[in-house]
Amino acid sequence: MATIEKDSVSGQNTTGHEWDGIKELNTPLPKWWVYVFWATVVWAVAYWFLYPSWPTVNGYLKGSLGYSSRGELANELDIQKKARSAWLSKIEASDVAAIEQDKDLLRYAMAGGKIAFNENCAACHGVGGVGAYGFPTLADDEWLWGGTLADIEQTIKFGVRNTNKDSRQSEMPKFGADGLLKDDQISAVADYVLSLASKAPAKGSAGETVFTENCVVCHGEDGSGQAALGAPALNNQIWLYKGTKDAIVAQVTKPKHGNMPAWSERLEPSTIKMLAVYVHNLGGGK
Amino acid sequence: MSINTEATPYCEDVIKKFAIAAVFWGVVGFLAGDFIALQLAFPVLNLDLEWTSFGRLRPVHTSAVIFAFGGNVLFATSLYIVQRTSRASLFGGNGLGGFIFYGFQSFIVLAALSYVLGFSQGQEYAEPEWILDLYLTVIWVAYLIAFAGTIMKRKEPHIYVANWFFFAMILTIAMLHLGNNIAIPVSLTKSYNVFGGVQNAMTQWWYGHNAVGFFLTAGFLGIMYYFVPKRANRPVYSYRLSIVHFWALIFLYIWAGPHHLHYTALPDWAQTLGMTFSVMLWMPSWGGMINGLMTLSGAWDKLRTDPVMRFLVSSVAFYGMSTFEGPMMSIKAVNSLSHYTDWGIGHVHSGALGWVAFVSFGALYDLIPKLWGRKEVYSLKLVGVHFWVATIGIVLYITAMWISGIMQGLMWRAYDSLGFLQYSFIETVEAMHPYYVIRATGGFLFVLGALVMVYNVYKTIKGDVADEAYASAASGAR
Repeated sequence: MATIEKDSVSGQNTTGHEWDGIKELNTPLPKWWVYVFWATVVWAVAYWFLYPSWPTVNGYLKGSLGYSSRGELANELDIQKKARSAWLSKIEASDVAAIEQDKDLLRYAMAGGKIAFNENCAACHGVGGVGAYGFPTLADDEWLWGGTLADIEQTIKFGVRNTNKDSRQSEMPKFGADGLLKDDQISAVADYVLSLASKAPAKGSAGETVFTENCVVCHGEDGSGQAALGAPALNNQIWLYKGTKDAIVAQVTKPKHGNMPAWSERLEPSTIKMLAVYVHNLGGGK
Repeated sequence: MSINTEATPYCEDVIKKFAIAAVFWGVVGFLAGDFIALQLAFPVLNLDLEWTSFGRLRPVHTSAVIFAFGGNVLFATSLYIVQRTSRASLFGGNGLGGFIFYGFQSFIVLAALSYVLGFSQGQEYAEPEWILDLYLTVIWVAYLIAFAGTIMKRKEPHIYVANWFFFAMILTIAMLHLGNNIAIPVSLTKSYNVFGGVQNAMTQWWYGHNAVGFFLTAGFLGIMYYFVPKRANRPVYSYRLSIVHFWALIFLYIWAGPHHLHYTALPDWAQTLGMTFSVMLWMPSWGGMINGLMTLSGAWDKLRTDPVMRFLVSSVAFYGMSTFEGPMMSIKAVNSLSHYTDWGIGHVHSGALGWVAFVSFGALYDLIPKLWGRKEVYSLKLVGVHFWVATIGIVLYITAMWISGIMQGLMWRAYDSLGFLQYSFIETVEAMHPYYVIRATGGFLFVLGALVMVYNVYKTIKGDVADEAYASAASGAR
């Protein structure tokens, strides 16, 4: 039943097989196809001789070029390091104050600080340090832990409320949750804080009494805060956790506490210096 | 000339079920894909619910399109083709066929539910936990028995090329499934893979790349080898080419997995082998394209007159494009730019939408009328509409991903004049946004096309005929 036919279109013979009406031509392999296929095989075999390839009993064929991915990476890092070393060595040798004084170093530190900030800090603080709910804005002159160059460097190096031994620590008591204040007292003090924030302290109110007895130690009599303790100023309209009465009551009842990694555990000292200079120059440095 | 003197009672009941399931899961999978594409452009669509987050819906999309849609297309076509080209009815009949059908559909539903509820063994494209893996193994063995049994009782002296590809697919997928899922269960819903670290990554990509190579390539080449010559009413271009490219493809594909792990902890020698074997795969892949396209010589006019043929031929063209792009991207120098970027996503989708889905649409449009005893689909015009809407969708999708992928790769490696990185990661994410919107728009068009197909299939099964004049012109005997 195998009948070989000649196909009138191509002039090729069929193989004589047929399945459900489908026949096959006996066309030879296209020459270009065969050549390109062999070319890729030759290229592959040549590559095996040049680069690490087949595994052996106790290792692998290393290849005549002595290539390794690790070597390539080390080489590229080395090139980058050399290209940067002229500037970086100056950054390493100078303290942050000196970097800010030197116009060229400052320009360099701002460029390096910007990319380091966007890669590491922007996830919480936003690009340009615009801040977000629970994450302080770094572009204004309101600072939780101080806005001098040294303060900023310290905060970046050791972070806030983490396990590093030099981390900045401090926690506001849970006035409501731990029963230190009653609900009506918390409500009153929240009203007083709002009056402080709008620069019209409600003198003689019940809230003022609660504030004086419980809050001034850290936040100050006029609510101007205390950087050494990370106690935020309450006498302005800048809020970490919103400035509504509900939000203030919640914060007094059971405070939220942000934290920040100790970046000295993750970044090069030179990168931290550049970051400090960059943040200090975002607009609100003191 | 006609061999079919005695009528063979083919089992087509189960084929019908698989065909309808393929259309259904296709729409589900495409919708899921477009939804997660929109999530990438507009993260608010994660809805802040764990069950609808990208991380859980992404495997729903990939499993739905690869296994639910692709799998049902493969079951429908392979079990149809193996009967016809063997002149033998399905081994095990509608009983075994029904077991495979209901087993597989229930597997899909259970797998999708498990992803949404947060169960996953964390192996890409093989997320179901061990218990579902075992269940799938039983179904797959039943499929192997049905397929091989039909081949063994064939009345044709030779085994048709389409069946070589299906057989290779069935055997290799079984091996990959078992190898990649070796795990130690700790409870009914939790297990740990025996391989850890880079060994796990290598096993995963040995599986992952060959899921592409054998499930989405070999299997669908089987479809191509039947429906293209059948629809074109022309003999297959070259028997010899089919033999050579089949064996070359089978031998070379299995090595290509390591190209997914360039510049990682994977030893350099394995990376080299993965890359060189991928490049050697270029011509064996193109052998399939040549055989598909050249089979049309003498029938090129059908591209103009028959939109079903247009789907089939375009799919082969997309196949050729992806199988050039793939080897190119496997070259380490190119890969260092393309890896981890959207270029990879674009590459996958030019293959998945252009090749796998288009050849499936072509096959379904040819198969469904035949199964229900209709002369042609309800409306060839609507097939043409589906073709153009889907094609524009694919073009939007892959060009958006090429641009965003290459841009992403270039931004990641850009240094400024002082030697600092030019862009932070978040800036590259921001730059992707317009392309993600374009991609989702392309995906939407693809879904729209599929809905046109649903309507067309429904009317065909119902027995309606919309434009008889067009139909008879296209399928008229030549």
